[in-house]
Amino acid sequence: MTDTLLTYDDALAAYDPVLGLEVHVELNTASKMFCGCSTVFGAEPNTQVCPVCLGLPGAMPVVNGKGVESAIRIGLALNCQIAEWCRFARKNYFYPDMPKNFQTSQYDEPIAYDGWMDVEVDGETFRVEIERAHMEEDTGKSTHVGGATGRIHGADHSLVDYNRAGIPLIEIVTKPIRGAGARAPEVARAYVAQLRDLIVALGVSEARMDQGNLRADVNLSLSTKGSDVLGTRSETKNVNSFRSVERAVRFEVQRHAAILAGGGSIVQETRHWHEDTGITTSGREKSDAEDYRYFPEPDLVPVAPTRDWVEELRATLPENPTARRARLQQEWGFSDLEMRDTVGAGALGLVEETIAAGASPQAARKWWLSELSRRANDAGVDLVDLGVTPAQVAGVQALVDAGTVNDKLARQVFDGLLAGEGTPEEVVEKRGLAVVSDEGALSAAVDNAIAANPDVADKIRDGKVAAAGALIGAVMKEMRGQADAARVRELILEKLS
Amino acid sequence: MPDISRDDVAHLATLARIDLSDAELDHLAPQLAVILDSIASISEVAAEDVPPTSHALPLTNVFREDVATPGLTAEQALSGAPEVEEQRFSVPRILGEEQ
Ligand SMILES: [Zn+2]
Repeated sequence: MTDTLLTYDDALAAYDPVLGLEVHVELNTASKMFCGCSTVFGAEPNTQVCPVCLGLPGAMPVVNGKGVESAIRIGLALNCQIAEWCRFARKNYFYPDMPKNFQTSQYDEPIAYDGWMDVEVDGETFRVEIERAHMEEDTGKSTHVGGATGRIHGADHSLVDYNRAGIPLIEIVTKPIRGAGARAPEVARAYVAQLRDLIVALGVSEARMDQGNLRADVNLSLSTKGSDVLGTRSETKNVNSFRSVERAVRFEVQRHAAILAGGGSIVQETRHWHEDTGITTSGREKSDAEDYRYFPEPDLVPVAPTRDWVEELRATLPENPTARRARLQQEWGFSDLEMRDTVGAGALGLVEETIAAGASPQAARKWWLSELSRRANDAGVDLVDLGVTPAQVAGVQALVDAGTVNDKLARQVFDGLLAGEGTPEEVVEKRGLAVVSDEGALSAAVDNAIAANPDVADKIRDGKVAAAGALIGAVMKEMRGQADAARVRELILEKLS
Repeated sequence: MPDISRDDVAHLATLARIDLSDAELDHLAPQLAVILDSIASISEVAAEDVPPTSHALPLTNVFREDVATPGLTAEQALSGAPEVEEQRFSVPRILGEEQ
């Protein structure tokens, strides 16, 4: 069943979107949250498990101190209060990915609460209030067998790997975000992107959305314009790229608006996001299954971070994001517009790393915001997930600066990098992309072009230098692009003067 | 005084995935009410200055170093599994909801 949608403009004319974002951050601790099992990604199934994370009877959990430390640092970076005393709680539910039949989480005593983060959208600052950040654990990974699509629907049975069960997660929940208006999708995207930057700067997670280190749930409701009354919300689960966050919000705004405008009411439910088609579909309605019967975890003693410890951790925080943006703009000499575009493209960290690897600020910006943004867009992925590293971009630019390749050939070097053909130098070598600096070959190609285009040659002899473009094109074609266009132009003008 | 109805017991049984017949519900609901009543008698002796507690130990901040330690082998982990496939626990298909 396809949903009817109102156009985005019509939806915004009648309703105000109210957002809520829940982001799960998988920490990069060496061991799990409540047991010593390794967290290394990609191990053989069920090789990083023990009685605790398998939920075997009698097994006793012990809290990973580094997990608590990371939670506090995230809380502080989000300008939160840190609880003086808090407990873990059992969230009870039955699902094969959680063998204990409960998830160890926190309920009404989160470790961090009442914070905020300033998000920059199109050069304007938008404050997102943080409700809470709490500690919990990841679930195992199910593979559904027998169904056509790999989803549960139609599956005969499921296979479960518990290597991921018990890896520490921090869930960060915003307060309802109002007042974003038509920019709600961009605000949602910018929040998740800038939250990721913060997490990376803290060094507490790999923060790769494409690998599930960072997972976003997008809650959306609509209020009638001018009304304070919150509408019923939908929760779109596991939206796993920045651009998908933006698209999912936009889609839900249009879907909700069509239902409300038609006199219907929104069902409170979870929704599934479909990356390929850009739509959400109904998951399950909120029901008895949501009755988690939370109660304090009796096997873990309370966490009571001393104020001294909290202040020690506060001193380890990276520069706050607003100050960092201002400093980088100054250092790089970017205009406001250049800076805005860089932030908007989610390229701030990438550009910074590319410059650190040796490229000039303008060259770093140029590659990430033009060629690489275009490729990411074509591939439907975020820039950070494209598969090109800042070091590689700096390497390509170094080849351009050395005159080994021109900009056009550099684009082919990126083809090779994306195909996994090695370093920029190796790609140039394997693909034979270096600019030909053999003057003899170049000169012969220019002679051929002049001979093949006598009319054009005559024009240039008569002083119409602009006509040289046609000959340059012919030479570049013969040289298969591997020539320095400026040198070709010089040669043509020399020969025809 | 806590009150637990037959409907409450039926609801809890559903959440706990325990299949109770009507006869069992009739039998268990009044028993649970009695048990709750008995436990509630604690509140009669609880003094004003005794805060509710969830833990018997007067401890906080018991932490483990973040060091990976060997757990079970896959063979050990899977030894109690009713069914194993591709080194994973095989479980019946999950009804009623999608992941
Ligand atoms: Zn374990």
